[in-house]
Amino acid sequence: MNRIPPRTQVNSAPVARERLQSLLEHDRCLINHTDLLSVLREEIYALVGRHAAIDPNKVHIMVASSNTASTLSVDIEVPFRVRTSATRRMHDGEGVFSYR
Amino acid sequence: MGKVIVVTSGKGGVGKTTSTAAFGAALARAGQKVVVVDFDVGLRNLDLVMGAEQCVEFDLTNVVQGTANLSQALLRDKRLELLYLLPASQTRDKDALTEDGVANVICELRDKFEWVICDSPAGIERGATLAMRFADEAIIVANPEISSVRDSSRMLGLVDSRPLKVETGGRLEKHLLITRYDPERVARGEMLSVMDVTAILPIPLLGIIPESEEVLRASNLGAPITVCGRESAVSQAYFDAARRIRGDRVKMTIPSDNKNLLTKWLGRRAA
Repeated sequence: MNRIPPRTQVNSAPVARERLQSLLEHDRCLINHTDLLSVLREEIYALVGRHAAIDPNKVHIMVASSNTASTLSVDIEVPFRVRTSATRRMHDGEGVFSYR
Repeated sequence: MGKVIVVTSGKGGVGKTTSTAAFGAALARAGQKVVVVDFDVGLRNLDLVMGAEQCVEFDLTNVVQGTANLSQALLRDKRLELLYLLPASQTRDKDALTEDGVANVICELRDKFEWVICDSPAGIERGATLAMRFADEAIIVANPEISSVRDSSRMLGLVDSRPLKVETGGRLEKHLLITRYDPERVARGEMLSVMDVTAILPIPLLGIIPESEEVLRASNLGAPITVCGRESAVSQAYFDAARRIRGDRVKMTIPSDNKNLLTKWLGRRAA
């Protein structure tokens, strides 16, 4: 078959296919990771914000990863002394909590 | 109410502008009133591909900023009376376009035209986001080449989140346009095939545009390929794609390397 000329070149399309696949997997991990944090941050802010007036700049979210697991820590500064729902009912209307 | 389509890709140089011009002209030739809008502020090229660079007086930025009205900035094509162009400005100020301003312009264009085709700049920055912001449908242009496919894959995510239609709970229809497809190289195993590309970009295929010297010829002449290269395979592929986007069912054939040796030899000689 390969009398003239001998083909030494390997088909490049399969190489491209393979590289692309692993590249995209890597991309997806990266994007999902960054997106996950910002999505969580927004949703947590919205959730807490429904019950209290908090500063969006004071919502901190961190993920610490070890080999086996990751931990998510959320740090939100709230501008008041937190009370239980029972005491809140008693003091309703005091203006400490703001509702949307 | 016209339909707004964004032509986008992430990567530059894959054929967004060529495709925008080709689609615009193909739709106009089918009796549709079309405007093609260049969103590439600072690096406008759609006017060149359409052969209208000498006529540009006002542009999208002028209209957005209110220094010109739409009818002053719109350019009617020399060859097709249903085809119009709204050029981008050559100003270096990337922030010249505001979202509200663009919203107003698109709204006005929707009233006047059946198709509003937005040529997105490359990248994922503000210009690209604005181009897709008010779109009803998106055409993702990709070459069978790894960097283009990767960028288009990224673009799919943006098209699923940035447009207003998505934010308000709607669904944005996406179409894949594969350009610069070389069946001979695919047959030789030197290029990603249509299957390879669609496996990674799993959206409905709008068309496969073969690699062709006709494209450069058309841009040299300043005419959309569907105007000056009507008989070519490229032009035919764009006409078919334009019919598909209008909802017609047109059979999709993957360009194949089925030429016999004689025609190959003759073709090479003719080229």
